[in-house]
Amino acid sequence: MPNGIVAGADPHGHGHHPALQHHFQTLDQQHEASTLGMWVFLVTEVMFFGGLLMAYLLYRVWYPEAWAEGSLDLDIRLGGFNTVVLIASSLTMALAVRAAQTGAQRATVRWLLATMVLGVTFLGVKVIEYAEKFELHHVPGANFVYEGPHGRQVEIFFSLYFGLTGLHALHMIIGVGLLSVITWMASRGRFSTEWYTPVEISGLYWHFVDIVWIFLFPLLYLVDRAHHFA
Amino acid sequence: MTTIVIPRVNYLNVKTTVASWLLTRDHKRIGVMYLVVVALAFFLGSVFAAGVRIELTTPEGDFVSADTYNRLFTMHAVFMVFFVLIPVVPAILGNFVMPLMIGAKDVAFPTLNLLSWYVFVTGFLFTIAALALGGVDTGWTFYTPYSSNVSESNVLLAGIGIFITGFSSILTGLNFMVTIHRMRAPGMTWFRLPLFVWALYATSLVMILGTPVVAITVGMVALERAFGFGIFDPRLGGDPVLFQHLFWFYSHPAVYIMILPPMGVISEVIACFSRKNVFGYSFVAFSSLAIAVFGFLVWAHHLFVAGISPYSAMVFSFLSFAVAIPSAVKTFNWTATLYKGAIWWRAPLMWVFGFLGLFLVGGLTGLFLASLGLDVHLHDTYFVVAHFHYIMVGGAIMGFFAGLHFWWPKMTGRMYSDGLATVAALLVFVGFNLTFFPQFILGYLGMPRRYHVYPEEFQVLNVLSSSGASVLAIGYSLVAIYLVYSLFRGERAGANPWLATGLEWKTESPPLPHNFPETPIVNEGAYEYSKREVKVA
Ligand code: HEM
Ligand SMILES: [Cu+2]
Repeated sequence: MPNGIVAGADPHGHGHHPALQHHFQTLDQQHEASTLGMWVFLVTEVMFFGGLLMAYLLYRVWYPEAWAEGSLDLDIRLGGFNTVVLIASSLTMALAVRAAQTGAQRATVRWLLATMVLGVTFLGVKVIEYAEKFELHHVPGANFVYEGPHGRQVEIFFSLYFGLTGLHALHMIIGVGLLSVITWMASRGRFSTEWYTPVEISGLYWHFVDIVWIFLFPLLYLVDRAHHFA
Repeated sequence: MTTIVIPRVNYLNVKTTVASWLLTRDHKRIGVMYLVVVALAFFLGSVFAAGVRIELTTPEGDFVSADTYNRLFTMHAVFMVFFVLIPVVPAILGNFVMPLMIGAKDVAFPTLNLLSWYVFVTGFLFTIAALALGGVDTGWTFYTPYSSNVSESNVLLAGIGIFITGFSSILTGLNFMVTIHRMRAPGMTWFRLPLFVWALYATSLVMILGTPVVAITVGMVALERAFGFGIFDPRLGGDPVLFQHLFWFYSHPAVYIMILPPMGVISEVIACFSRKNVFGYSFVAFSSLAIAVFGFLVWAHHLFVAGISPYSAMVFSFLSFAVAIPSAVKTFNWTATLYKGAIWWRAPLMWVFGFLGLFLVGGLTGLFLASLGLDVHLHDTYFVVAHFHYIMVGGAIMGFFAGLHFWWPKMTGRMYSDGLATVAALLVFVGFNLTFFPQFILGYLGMPRRYHVYPEEFQVLNVLSSSGASVLAIGYSLVAIYLVYSLFRGERAGANPWLATGLEWKTESPPLPHNFPETPIVNEGAYEYSKREVKVA
């Protein structure tokens, strides 16, 4: 049973904390519901990416040479740079949550802004990468050109590359949008040591999107690299 | 006789402007808004079904062309599956009664709940747009490479519609799951929960784990159609059968999204009208979870003839047999609940009887199809069509009507005519069997599904089937008529017309805007009918 439930409490929550919605009995209950909701949502996200990863797995097993070829054409420096950027943004996000918990309003805003800057940097680099693929005709579809013994299957690789990284980028865009709302709320002093749930659950989302990239980077950029360094 | 108190302010009359409905965050109003959209989708789907049945009264293709016929059965199934069967019980009845049942003021995320409705309607509009531009001809299963490379119909629009609608289902599942975890009234422990709530919990699990997969799968087909990506394209070395795996990974569990909530309804109604505790409560509760979990392990029984390895086929065949066990547990327990109960013959129970008979036939024929040898013969024949209609229409839709008749007095504060409702249940039962039983025979004799012409010797059975469909249509129309009539002329129902247990009956009918005057405290199980000293006529 949820903690701190009060039978027969005032149904509209008058005289309660301003963030308490009428259908919850206590802030605790509201916080637990929101956090659980975000975790459940992240489970659905795992399944969402899971469908694409299943296709990736199957074709990687079927067409290892094509995977190695396609992967070599990805820019490992840009991808690596972006990986560092995202890990840094996870740190700043965690610091933002910490600041919100301790009621440090200005620090919360600052760390949130830093996170957004890093997120936008990631997206900017992604645009550069996409543009390069576009020029090389490596975007799947009618204009796709690939010289090499496994050209057709490499097109599947690039389909999945764009599918996976595109979906991830979409999540980043949503994340940056979410953080701008949270930053605005933080700057208006909506959060306190009693109530910082929105910052915390946005943080959960942000870390999740980072973790997805931590998987995507090796799966897409590092296939069979070892052979080519030797 | 006690006088019936009509609550002065209830959820219906508290505000009556259109905006107060469109912006409402009240779970009860949102349930009613789903009812309106789903009813519309049901009507549209029925019109296409009528087209199919008219074409099939004669062996020749004389009513519509082959191409139009493909579009008719596809649009029929798309509307019925994604816009009726999936939302019908959870989004309408679940939204309305689940928070009441657990003694909550609302679901955990009321705004999200409203958003789910708008997402649902957006998906619906996309699908309507696909229809307006000529419809889709791939079948509701959207198999590649037909859907991705070949078909010239509006697959993209319908795909977007289904993708969007999927999110409404995901968000509803999420909302319900958190609500059941976090919003229960004091004393409402897990094993005091009504079985309908257990069923919705299990359903939410499937919605959360399954729906994202079909969304991304439809998304991949859309990328393929819109931009020429090649994930399933055999010309590049892609595998169209991968689509079938991903599609059924969702769509088999999805059949449990359709049937689990009605199963929950059946438990409620049977307990009430046999005035008994549900036999083996915890078995019925856990069988819902078992169905939700094991339902994820049987998808490849749709692919037995798609060239999968015989060893995996054997495993999937075995698991498909196993997944029937929890359904059987439920059916036995319902029967045991009825046994020596003080049966109260009222319309909701008539719909339950319909459910029990039809679900039984549907479930058992599923086992026929799960047998490897038999499925080679029966796959893609009318036998399969009969199987799933017995479960989805005979089971899920009958179960929905049982629930609708049970909670209608709560939702509207009015009673409908019990006599007419009994007649309608009977008409639907008879019409249904007349429509679909001949299809078992047709399939067994080898009539394939999805063709608009057939050999002459099949005509008698097809005419029988089409005439049964007319009886069915009359039955459903009758329901619509007396329910709408009851809104204006029905007797006042009072808080608890069925003398039922359950918190939803402890508040007024129609319920107050915030459900209960004060948060209820629960101190007994869900079906303590034996403790109630009430004589029923
Ligand atoms: C008792 C458990 C069940 C078993 C063992 C079972 C088995 C099967 C099998 C093996 C098939 C594939 C037949 C073929 O295509 O050759 C099938 C098809 C189907 N079943 Fe079931 N089933 C069961 C329950 C259900 C339920 C509960 C529903 C719906 C609520 C359902 C809906 C369907 C549908 C829609 C199809 C056909 C899909 C299509 O190809 O369009 N089944 N079933
Ligand atoms: Cu199945």
